[in-house]
Amino acid sequence: MSVLLVAEHNNKELKPFTFNAITAASQVDSDVHAVIIGSNCEEAAKALSNLPLVKKVIQVEGDHYENFVAENFAPVIVKLAENYSHIISSANTFGKNLMPRVAAVLDTSQISDVTKIISADTFLRPIYAGNAFATVKSKDPKKCVTIRPTSFDPCESSGGSAPIEKAEPSAEFGQTKFIKREEVKSDRPELGTARVVVSGGRGMQSGDNFKLITSLADKLNAAIGASRAAVDAGYISNDHQVGQTGKVVVPDLYIAVGISGAIQHLAGMKESKVIVAINKDGEAPIFSVADYGLEADLFEALPQFLEELNKLNTIQK
Amino acid sequence: MKILVAVKRVIDYNVQVRVKEDNSGVVTDNVKMSTNPPDDNAIEEAVKLKEAGKATEVVAISVGEEKAQETVRKALAVGADRGILIKADGTLEPLAVSKLLQKIVEKEKPDLVFMGKQAIDDDCNQTGQMLSALLNWPQATFASKIQVKDKSLEVTREIDEGLETIEINIPAIVTCDLRLNEPRYASLPNIMKAKKKPIEQINASDLGVDTAPRIEQNRVDEPPKRKAGIKVSSVAELVQKLKNEAKVI
Repeated sequence: MSVLLVAEHNNKELKPFTFNAITAASQVDSDVHAVIIGSNCEEAAKALSNLPLVKKVIQVEGDHYENFVAENFAPVIVKLAENYSHIISSANTFGKNLMPRVAAVLDTSQISDVTKIISADTFLRPIYAGNAFATVKSKDPKKCVTIRPTSFDPCESSGGSAPIEKAEPSAEFGQTKFIKREEVKSDRPELGTARVVVSGGRGMQSGDNFKLITSLADKLNAAIGASRAAVDAGYISNDHQVGQTGKVVVPDLYIAVGISGAIQHLAGMKESKVIVAINKDGEAPIFSVADYGLEADLFEALPQFLEELNKLNTIQK
Repeated sequence: MKILVAVKRVIDYNVQVRVKEDNSGVVTDNVKMSTNPPDDNAIEEAVKLKEAGKATEVVAISVGEEKAQETVRKALAVGADRGILIKADGTLEPLAVSKLLQKIVEKEKPDLVFMGKQAIDDDCNQTGQMLSALLNWPQATFASKIQVKDKSLEVTREIDEGLETIEINIPAIVTCDLRLNEPRYASLPNIMKAKKKPIEQINASDLGVDTAPRIEQNRVDEPPKRKAGIKVSSVAELVQKLKNEAKVI
């Protein structure tokens, strides 16, 4: 049977992790249908139909779908689920909020945060903050799966021409009201998909000192990350947090500055291709995962880092 | 207003988890167990609401083996009024736990159910949302701020893009983020007092819920090990290595 992918979007554009989730869905079955639930979301629906891996788009329109409220979205998916063997979305705050509501109503035991599709019913997923990986087999007839987006490449974004079908909206769930979203706008690459990430920890000592991280990130065209300690201390906002309860990143280059490397932080970055650690404590656990460790005072090392980068003729963007 | 708070007993967050040699799971014998960290935030928030006169009773509940009683007891020591332990052995998936909690909610009729947003052992992040769906109640997941209004809550949620604020009518489910508050430590007198607070024990099998796992765990493996790296002696050397050896800048 076909696979139903739940698209994440802002009515105009698809959110980047939708592309990764579609790749994962296509590894379960090539007949991938994508549902887009929104308000005046034609543009995003069109973008979805352009993806070569998507065979059919199901567009569901309603004023109450303007903002993402799981209580409104879940009944639509439950209704469509009848025709599908798998329901798939990304395991970011969108899919985490939504999928369990769908799974519970379908009486299906959800499989969260899958990093590898082994077969249509068997999956690999991290447990204990990535300190172990479980191979699990679902015995449910219908499977609800969220996938870890950074474990799958984004799919091709153009060249397809899937038909767009309309489906009926469900009634509004009146008990939850969206009030506002405070998004941090930035010209930087997104943390989840950036090629380079520069992260600061408690060692930064203040929010003001994060300027040093910002300057380095500017130079490398990098996203800015942070440890939970730095976010808790108020140095930087929560959307920058990397780790077990924050974001998982897999950049080509991850530079950890003043981060000791708690298990919970490593869970979010240790799959990065190249890891650099700058810390004055030579015994810090972060050095155990670093390809290049520099034992130094970050307040001296970061300005030097910028100087050395300035000496280079070219820097990859 | 009555608040039910679900707490889970898990391997302590500071323990370096090891995979069993036969790949059947992780080592749990003689390993320190604690309350799942964000569940501590859930209890703290409920107790704070009681102290502020906004809640009248805080009931802590856990589902699991006999020893999970310690986790309920700890919640009592930081201010919950009474406890419930649903006894069940073996693996319990979030779907089963949410069905068991649903039975208790129907009996206890709380106005709010709080729990941590995710358990740090299976990292599923499902139970609160599932319970909310089964009860057809509103949900506020990943909460970092809760304001109690007349018959609703205004909740700030941590999402990938930043923060989101929603208003949910009571009764409702809230799953708590680590940044919601700073959980208190239990004082010795309160630990002693907690020993006298009642914990009702219920057998899962008496609740008429099928808790048999739907997911088979075939094997558990260690994560791939990273190759040991090197220490560089200067920033200049670091930049040279990144440019010429790793070729990432």
